[in-house]
Amino acid sequence: MSATTTHDEHHDDHGPDKGIMRWITTTNHKDIGTLYLFFALAMLFVGGAMSLVIRAELFQPGLQFVNPDFFNQMTTMHALIMVFGMIMPAFVGFANWMVPMMIGAPDMALPRLNNWSFWILPFAGTMLLSTLFMDGGGPASGWTLYPPLVLQTGDALPFAIFAVHLLGVSSIMGAINIIVTIMNMRAPGMTLMKMPLFVWTWLITAYLLIAVMPVLAGGVTMLLTDAFFGTSFFQAAGGGDPVLFQHIFWFFGHPEVYIIILPAFGIISQIIPTFSRKPLFGNDSMIYATASIAFLSFIVWAHHMFTVGMPLAGQLFFMLSTMLIAVPTGVKVFNWTSTMWKGSLSFETPMLFALAFLFLFTIGGFSGLMLAIVPADFQYHDSYFVVAHFHYVLVPGALFGAIAGAYFWMPKWTGHMYNETLGKVHFWLSAIFVNVLFFPQHFLGLAGMPRRIPDYATQFADFNAISTIGAFGFGFTQLLFVYIVIKCVRGGEKATAQVWDGAEGLEWTVPSPAPYHTFEDAPEVR
Amino acid sequence: MGRTVGNNRFTKCLAVLITSLLGGGAAQAAWELNMPVGATDVSAKVFDLHMLILWVCVAIGVLVFAAMIYCIVVFRKSKGAVADTSIAHSNTAEFIWTVIPVLILIAMAVPAAQTLVEIEVVRDTEMTIKITGYQWKWEYEYVGEDVSFYSSLASESNAARQLNTDIDPFEVENYLLDVDKPLVVPAGTRIRYLITSNDVLHAWWMPDFAVKKDAIPGFINEGWFEVNEPGIYRGQCAELCGKDHGFMPVVVEVLPKEEFDVWLAEKKGGVARAAATANQ
Repeated sequence: MSATTTHDEHHDDHGPDKGIMRWITTTNHKDIGTLYLFFALAMLFVGGAMSLVIRAELFQPGLQFVNPDFFNQMTTMHALIMVFGMIMPAFVGFANWMVPMMIGAPDMALPRLNNWSFWILPFAGTMLLSTLFMDGGGPASGWTLYPPLVLQTGDALPFAIFAVHLLGVSSIMGAINIIVTIMNMRAPGMTLMKMPLFVWTWLITAYLLIAVMPVLAGGVTMLLTDAFFGTSFFQAAGGGDPVLFQHIFWFFGHPEVYIIILPAFGIISQIIPTFSRKPLFGNDSMIYATASIAFLSFIVWAHHMFTVGMPLAGQLFFMLSTMLIAVPTGVKVFNWTSTMWKGSLSFETPMLFALAFLFLFTIGGFSGLMLAIVPADFQYHDSYFVVAHFHYVLVPGALFGAIAGAYFWMPKWTGHMYNETLGKVHFWLSAIFVNVLFFPQHFLGLAGMPRRIPDYATQFADFNAISTIGAFGFGFTQLLFVYIVIKCVRGGEKATAQVWDGAEGLEWTVPSPAPYHTFEDAPEVR
Repeated sequence: MGRTVGNNRFTKCLAVLITSLLGGGAAQAAWELNMPVGATDVSAKVFDLHMLILWVCVAIGVLVFAAMIYCIVVFRKSKGAVADTSIAHSNTAEFIWTVIPVLILIAMAVPAAQTLVEIEVVRDTEMTIKITGYQWKWEYEYVGEDVSFYSSLASESNAARQLNTDIDPFEVENYLLDVDKPLVVPAGTRIRYLITSNDVLHAWWMPDFAVKKDAIPGFINEGWFEVNEPGIYRGQCAELCGKDHGFMPVVVEVLPKEEFDVWLAEKKGGVARAAATANQ
């Protein structure tokens, strides 16, 4: 009885602290979501600037701007920053903002852990970036950190490894928080099968994170002891096995691929029904397909290493299991298309990005299927064909998913509509340049250009020049996105609670902007 | 005089362009857009496999994209389309688009597995070459013949690839794809290769043979190839191996058998003479 009274005394609405302390001490899921999203946006430009260094050097044959070692540092840091600093935090930001509002919870289950898991990031990111200024430069062995090459890194090695540890710790804490929130804080009536797809994909993603981030941590720790404590896990001279690291890395790395893409699947599954004004087709099979993809992601890792010399049976197994992933992924694409079938479609910016996702992610899926075919993979492996493949699934895939989600929920976050005309300009420029940037890389790879090289034979010159033009176009187009976001935060047309006339779900029942505290009294879900 | 040189170059370029447009000079022309058909039976099979998957993907892509475009064009709110919200799921549809892809995948897996078995089973080989990767060159050893040598980037390419050099890469023949001493092998011979590394990971990639194999310190990988046509074939290291990863090309000179035997005899003679000199 007394407990209830105490609880009621706290019930008056209190807003956030003022000034910088609001952001440092906040335990509010919306504040933390905002922090994650802006951090990710900043890292998009840091990682993007590195990719422009790479593309500038590759504009024409010969070395013009950077030496090969710095080039390798750029490819390595670009990937580490984009994967761990940009796309993963972006989706955790979406989860923070949207999961509690979508399941009718007042906040995340573990608010202080939430604050901590965000505030690790800027320090980990800074430490990672600082390695570029150390003796010997930053890590230059590719983001895959393969030994023995990575053991040749200068002073940067322990710092880079510790940064990866910290980023992993942050991800694991974020994942624990999301699972605990979803499992315990759903509003009455919000059964698991009634949860929106975005919540489902994040639930599955969070389990993947908890399963594999410690594996990466173990792998890089073994690198650390090999480098400084005289062990020989990966050093052949001491009886170790360099390929063991690749198995460990990709046992993390392949589920990681789905950690990146599943939340984007979730966002697309929210947007397409909204702008088709029709429920998601095959909602349950979408959930099962997501779960199947997550399961399969654990048994395909060695398709990243077909050239290391595996036994025939191993190669066949990993080829077949990899091909199987096409089935649930196909189910998702078919269901999204069927959602549009006999719908009433309108093409606001979020829908445009979602449609670009649908087309271009599918292209990335096709090249993925091609890569699964082992004999052909012997030609594709470590060539620009692979670079084209994974950028198609990561940029017009995951990143477009995130951008689509940002436009979709920005009115709910800020209370203002973004500028639709500018949004459409942003979309068309992005969609065109991303293809100019990455499509020619398929040709380069097939024609024999290896990845991770700072200079190339002259027959690769034309497509590289085109790709570089696309890269600069795409990069500078994203500045427009920053302008649109800032403009929308500052003002604009007032958004209604529902925002989009086809929008359904709990997050659209609260006012826009969403109040600092939502669902302190749990809503009833029927 | 200068003009004559320029004209010659122009004529040469034109000739190359025309031959490639006409589809002649298979390896050179295919080098541009698509995977090379290559110079071995295996590489031709890999190419066929690649084209098969590519066309399967194109066919599926055309169907799926057509459906998406149809929806985008026809079911527009601006054209007065009204959503039929009763369409929410269909077990039949889910069943069909689960089973049909499985069948297509099986149809693709069968030829893939056959080709893979052919590649992976190393037998009836007539000679063995040991390839060792170094930062940043290759070593080729003719096993049992007492012949071995290093193969590094050709000096013209090496000069042109320096930062801020004045040399135009377009002026260097086979820029970055030329070495001082290529691997020399006989045509029409089933050659077994063993591959390892002395320092970090490397990968020996010869697109025209459809061979890409990692060189791993402490491990010896093996494979085989048999080249039908004599000629010079060019590839590169494919596994990031440090700062000069982009500058350790793979060049193989395939000679008719008799010419190869002469070459090998000469090499052996050279080695014998060198050994004799060393002993004195």
